[in-house]
Amino acid sequence: MRRSGFLFTALAFGYAFLYVPILLLIIYSFNESRLVTVWSGWSTRWYGELLQNDQMLSAAGLSLRIAAVTATFAVALGTIAGLTLARFGRFRGRTLFSGMITAPLVMPEVITGLSLLLLFVSMEQLIGWPGGRGATTITIAHITFATAYVAVIVQSRLVGLDESVEEAALDLGAKPAKVFFVITLPIISPALIAGWLLAFTLSLDDLVIASFVSGPGSSTLPMVIFSSVRLGVTPEVNALATVIIVIVTTGILTAGVIMSRHERRRQRDRQLAEGGADGEPARAT
Amino acid sequence: MSQPNRRQTKLEPWQDPNEEPYVRIDGVTKKFGDFTAVDDISLNIYRGELFALLGGSGCGKTTLLRMLAGFEQPTEGHIYIDGVDMSEIPPYERPVNMMFQSYALFPHMTVEQNVGFGLRQDRVPGPELRHRVDEALELVKLGHLKRRKPHQLSGGQRQRVALARSLVKRPKLLLLDEPLAALDRKLREETQFELVNIQEQVGITFVMVTHDQEEAMTMSTRIAVMDAGWLVQLGTPAEIYEYPRSKFVAEFIGQVNLFEGLVVEDQADHVLIQSEATGSDLHISHAGSVPVGTRVWVAVRPEKMALSLEPPGVEQNVARGTVDEIAYLGNLSIYLVRLESGTIVRVTSPNLTRVTEMPITWEDDVYITWPNYAGVVITQ
Amino acid sequence: MSRKGFLPLGDRMTEGQMPMHLPATALLRWLQRLAYRLGIRGRGLVIAVPYLWLLLFFLVPFAIVLKISLSEALIARPPYSPLFEWVEGMYLEIRVNFGNYLFLLDDSLYAVAYLNSLKIALISTLLCLLIGYPMAYAIATADPAWRSSLLMLIILPFWTSFLIRVYAWIGILKQNGLLNNLLINLGLIEEPLAILYSDLAVYIGITYSYLPFMILPLYATLERLDRSLLEAAADLGCRPFKAFLTITLPLSLPGILAGSLLVFIPAVGEFVIPELLGGPDTLMIGKVLWNEFFTNRDWPVASAVAIALLLFLVIPIMAFQYLQGRQQEARR
Repeated sequence: MRRSGFLFTALAFGYAFLYVPILLLIIYSFNESRLVTVWSGWSTRWYGELLQNDQMLSAAGLSLRIAAVTATFAVALGTIAGLTLARFGRFRGRTLFSGMITAPLVMPEVITGLSLLLLFVSMEQLIGWPGGRGATTITIAHITFATAYVAVIVQSRLVGLDESVEEAALDLGAKPAKVFFVITLPIISPALIAGWLLAFTLSLDDLVIASFVSGPGSSTLPMVIFSSVRLGVTPEVNALATVIIVIVTTGILTAGVIMSRHERRRQRDRQLAEGGADGEPARAT
Repeated sequence: MSQPNRRQTKLEPWQDPNEEPYVRIDGVTKKFGDFTAVDDISLNIYRGELFALLGGSGCGKTTLLRMLAGFEQPTEGHIYIDGVDMSEIPPYERPVNMMFQSYALFPHMTVEQNVGFGLRQDRVPGPELRHRVDEALELVKLGHLKRRKPHQLSGGQRQRVALARSLVKRPKLLLLDEPLAALDRKLREETQFELVNIQEQVGITFVMVTHDQEEAMTMSTRIAVMDAGWLVQLGTPAEIYEYPRSKFVAEFIGQVNLFEGLVVEDQADHVLIQSEATGSDLHISHAGSVPVGTRVWVAVRPEKMALSLEPPGVEQNVARGTVDEIAYLGNLSIYLVRLESGTIVRVTSPNLTRVTEMPITWEDDVYITWPNYAGVVITQ
Repeated sequence: MSRKGFLPLGDRMTEGQMPMHLPATALLRWLQRLAYRLGIRGRGLVIAVPYLWLLLFFLVPFAIVLKISLSEALIARPPYSPLFEWVEGMYLEIRVNFGNYLFLLDDSLYAVAYLNSLKIALISTLLCLLIGYPMAYAIATADPAWRSSLLMLIILPFWTSFLIRVYAWIGILKQNGLLNNLLINLGLIEEPLAILYSDLAVYIGITYSYLPFMILPLYATLERLDRSLLEAAADLGCRPFKAFLTITLPLSLPGILAGSLLVFIPAVGEFVIPELLGGPDTLMIGKVLWNEFFTNRDWPVASAVAIALLLFLVIPIMAFQYLQGRQQEARR
């Protein structure tokens, strides 16, 4: 029993490590004082100031727009890429392709950011596009690394999916493209939703790459937060952080509850189906 | 399927030289890199057959089936179905449907939608589609479950949905990949007969892949036994069982005793083989001509042998030994007898009377005899 | 009015059994068969889109970084000299300048920054492993009903902003921050500890931010581990701890490696954490690159720093790809 005691302690410590900073952040967002670490009473003052902060609000708007476009494109490209890796077997250049999918997952952001910036500058010199840098270049950069994440999610979902389901559809007369849209896509749709959300979050969260490839007048939310944090701790950032955390947590928990309820129902159905032949409820024996 | 398609098929179309084969597999080879999965196989399948491809895992039977379906392309050779070369026809245009080992039901569709999927691809109009789906579900006795999704079905029900789905398009050829492997033993036996009944009702030619020799024997009109990409023997279940042409087939299908020996007499109505294993000469009445001096194997099925405690008073087809093991299986008993040469012989004998006191027991000295027609000469 | 009236051409095409139509379908079908026979089946086209995208926006940029690392810094737009130049339209002049790399070797700042980055990434990876392994093990062996919730709690912080989570530590570790206040109030220390703006703060920050990346692959391998192996070991007389050492640990090695690489590689090039939590003498290469680029506006040197960093990371990145590939194979 000592062993499980140790595990329990490790788990408790780990979760405390993960959550105490976040909880403190939330608590101190309701602090009256400008000095973030000195408690001087409850107040929602900083939320009010946040609403007045046009710079942050417009940056948030830009970030959300970029994230939405990024997530959509990344899901489209990443799905094709994942399908290619999981289903097309060997083709010329596969090693390079899978390398280009996995490398962005671990590539330090400073390298990705610098290299993309230099690409955009060279392209502008060469073909005159993109004219300057801003939301477009940030979006392209985000699509590139988010695609890799989506591709990995889709690939692992497809590898786990019985290929004969797709073959059965082919066998019954559906052409490959139709099989993809009518069979494969609906089955992997949970993975696509997860991929979209992940791409959205990654884009919303990125500071380093966006800093490299953005231009004047196109500051994303992390860039604005970063510059105000560099000047010191500000309670407005706490308030903003709290808003983000609440939104994300609500979203994730809702999704989690829906998914686990769905899974539980499936499991119950399955037990019922195996227990009673021809759908009669299982009788206790 | 409204008028059960009881086409008057000939009983043994493969015996008739004028009968056109329905499926012609012509010199088909499939290589995956350096590995040859199917090695130059040619065989004909006739209309209305329930044809079984039988073999162990990795023998190439599934690859052959997948080439019939169009999921794999032959490296060499051609496949003709109803006279049409299938080489350039993709799976979705072939008049062939397949029932997958995993059933491969579409998890996001109801039973009804699953069964109707193939008809929708052919743009069958709504009323006809519904009618045919209902018919197919009636055939497999699942009409009451059509609104269920696959995960709400038991294993046996899923198998029936898969069958209905592959039958509903009335394909020229139905492929079944280990159709019963996922069912438990009792259900498997029931389903074997049901599948044969359905096949007779719809009159579609079935090609089935299985590793289970019992399943192949009970269900099929003919069996192709495969090993390492080769077709080792082709014949009716009785032919394959009674006249195995190689040691592999003899041992793969059922139990067999093999005695090595030398041909000493080759007459029109029999051959005589001298064997060190049995100590007596082996007389085989119906064998084809085998030159004197050839080393051969003689295969004798255990149920064709008899045991006695008294000397039987014959010179040929007899062996003497001691009982090593007895296994009582209820309907029959298996005796393992050790001959003086060290060879172990398996004899099964039906328990015709209630056995309270077995006449033969462990360590008894016994004689094994078998009739002249029981042995088969194997040269491979 | 029916739409047909506007579309005389379409009218003819749908209603008339025009002679053009049938050969066209036949041709199309024939082309389809041909493509099928050649094994194309439209997949070449399908692959091309993401392939070209990644080539253009992931691989080509590295070539450009390499190119610019070999050029000279200029006060111009863009601030570097061209590598290739047509001299009077006569011949192609290629000016390769290794000066940037020599400069990296010359100034010990860079060497120190690289080594320091490796050290910090390595220590942080070990910390992640020490905290993450017991957690992953505890979750993997927990009651299945609890497992997904516990796992969700690991992933949840990962979905909230990385920047904000790093920021949270500033308030905790500051001179007059929450941790120091707590320790002083408890009477454990007299003077506040100078944790913020030190290497220690960077270790905490990296470990905190990257912990989920360590736990998830560990959990994946530990969860797949057959529990009956441990029962068999116990049955054969092996004590639990020994069984852990001889069975669980070796079998979870792929997860340990994957998690470690997932933490180590990005940590080497980390910028935000050393910038916000580290001190002025916390040299990390990501920060150096950022400063060369944004403060000194020396693009060629920044490029050379990036290439040198990539060279450090090539082996771990390839190891990661190998592991990833093998894992996908194993799931097949």
